[in-house]
Amino acid sequence: MKVGLFIPCYIDQFYPQVGIATLQLLEKLGCEVEYPQGQTCCGQPMANSGYEHLTHQCNSLFIKNFADYDYIVGPSGSCVLHIKDHLHDPAAETAATHIRERIYELTEFLTDVLRVQNLPARFPCKVGLHQSCHGQRGLGLAQMSELVAAPFSKPEKLLRMVEGVELVPLDRQDECCGFGGTFCVTEEAVSVKMGKDRVVDHVKHGAEVITGTDVSCLMHMEGILRRQHAGVKVMHIAEILNQNIHEQANS
Amino acid sequence: MNRQTADHATLADRFNENEPRVDWHDQTLWWVRAKRDKMARSIPEWEQLRDTASAIKRNALGNLYEYLIQFEQQATQNGAIVHWAADAAEHNRIVTGILQQHGVRHLVKSKSMLTEECHLNPHLAANGIEVIDTDLGERIVQLAKEPPSHIVLPCIHKKKEEIGELFHEHLGTPAGNADPQFLTAAARQHLRKEFLQAKAAVTGVNFAVAETGEMVVCTNEGNADMGAHLADIHIACMGIEKIIPQRKHLGVFLRLLARSATGQPITTYSSHFRQPRAGQELHIVLVDNGRSRQLGREDFRNSLKCIRCGACMNTCPVYRRSGGHSYHTAVAGPIGAILAPNLDMKDYADLPFASTLCGSCSNVCPVKIDIHQQLYKWRQVLVKEGHTTASKTAGMKMMSGVLSAPRTYRAAGKMGRWVMRAFPGMVNNRLNPWYKQREMPAPPAQSFSQWYEKNKKS
Repeated sequence: MKVGLFIPCYIDQFYPQVGIATLQLLEKLGCEVEYPQGQTCCGQPMANSGYEHLTHQCNSLFIKNFADYDYIVGPSGSCVLHIKDHLHDPAAETAATHIRERIYELTEFLTDVLRVQNLPARFPCKVGLHQSCHGQRGLGLAQMSELVAAPFSKPEKLLRMVEGVELVPLDRQDECCGFGGTFCVTEEAVSVKMGKDRVVDHVKHGAEVITGTDVSCLMHMEGILRRQHAGVKVMHIAEILNQNIHEQANS
Repeated sequence: MNRQTADHATLADRFNENEPRVDWHDQTLWWVRAKRDKMARSIPEWEQLRDTASAIKRNALGNLYEYLIQFEQQATQNGAIVHWAADAAEHNRIVTGILQQHGVRHLVKSKSMLTEECHLNPHLAANGIEVIDTDLGERIVQLAKEPPSHIVLPCIHKKKEEIGELFHEHLGTPAGNADPQFLTAAARQHLRKEFLQAKAAVTGVNFAVAETGEMVVCTNEGNADMGAHLADIHIACMGIEKIIPQRKHLGVFLRLLARSATGQPITTYSSHFRQPRAGQELHIVLVDNGRSRQLGREDFRNSLKCIRCGACMNTCPVYRRSGGHSYHTAVAGPIGAILAPNLDMKDYADLPFASTLCGSCSNVCPVKIDIHQQLYKWRQVLVKEGHTTASKTAGMKMMSGVLSAPRTYRAAGKMGRWVMRAFPGMVNNRLNPWYKQREMPAPPAQSFSQWYEKNKKS
């Protein structure tokens, strides 16, 4: 099974450790992983701003980079959803369709394709799980609180396999953090207020680390936590799932 | 209307100047959402109900012409007088004409978001006709000379102390008394006088049944009934999308409406108006005002399924923290943001962007409107129609250029991170909206791609 590793642009530039953890975790679980070097961005920043018509070059590039893999896996629900919903290219529609059908967010790849039942990881820490909207509602990574339906959560299922992780309860289990792409600067006041409120929910319940499946949401909350000089850290879920069984938490 | 020049972001910024008040507003509406969740969960077939309601509305919208004609025939047979209004101006002219014909100078009105959309009150005032809004929340905002901030809870942005002050000023209640029960009793006394004096009553319509020509009006206060039963003239104003095919379909919608809106099993009053009582005139004004145009937009058609429950507002994390007035339109929140651009793309071009596209609205919606997907689609339409700025377009073109050229992207990333490390003041300044209340991410020395190049490439 050949896996193409999709590392979204802002993770590549600002959170390389998330890319490294994702790669190591997938290899640890027996995947043959390749990172196509020509990759940049999924095109979502333009599309969500109303400029989907400017994304065709990003689309062609993405198809060029990822058409030859059995699976494409990325540590970001939001970017994966964008590809799943919007990757098209009239000149290479078969390849685009293959990618749309074969692209997975990391945690759903672990639970649904690799069918991971246990993980050799240890992370003794109180952890708050932020359910990022696009992953949760768009990809179906977890049940939505609005629906009258049985609860489930793929990222939570994986976190529960990690020895020592203590998941803290939240007052609002799936409220948006307010990042929202360019929304975070065009609607600065509301974006920050939403982020502050999310952070309070985690801190109030004793979280030492806030984790999630999307670095964008975590980056936003981290920015707020650091401005407040709060001791709480943010870590992408790949970093926790990849914690070596023999290592100490937070090392 | 009072066309606002400020956009959603500016108005939201102002709303956020008082953070404890934002907290209060957010928590009040979240409490309503939580009540809704509890009520929805008391019905095991909730999701099936939503599917059914959505399907009935789909049928109604797909055959709207036939159902409207059927409704008109039935209603006329029942003794009502049916009027057709192509737009807000015609609606206002029709209502004013009926009132002037009967010499009415004073009328009571129960809640109708359609009349808000058409700006009926200022139109009537300009014609020397006084309107008293009889829904308690609407009366409160009317006294405050403000528009409603929420379609179900019009004065949800007001604290009880502020209502006490308003009542002291306008209704003569003792200064400093903010006891809700006392104030409600005072409003009741005040409104009773108005009900008894009014010759005409305007009501909204929640559902109009094509099969029978009857209308159903849902209220918690019975104010629609008080108005319509006491007045000589009852004018019911409705958007053409309020049609449902058959009476039996009411069972689906009435189970969903109040549960979604306020977490009640049903509204206190679900009043059926079928024919005028002896000596009374019953007028029904069917209003298009852009609905046919929206029906013709395939991507946005099913926004007309909306039953105005307001659940999308209560659940919207942006609405709760920006307030209804920040949407500067009669119907605020997520549903307003997909309806308003149809009325005027230029005036409401900001609204589809007042969202993180989180999708909670679409999942709480009792008729399953894909609200957040329509927000995304409106963004594309608005940009294509030119309702954007030259600087935004230039920025997007540049971003697209960099992101579709791997070498440029890598060079720009490397340079950007170096600048951030060497001269943090270049990004950590007042011109960067991110930095105002958030720290920038710490720029690492090497990107993932550089790390991979060194450590992995075979």
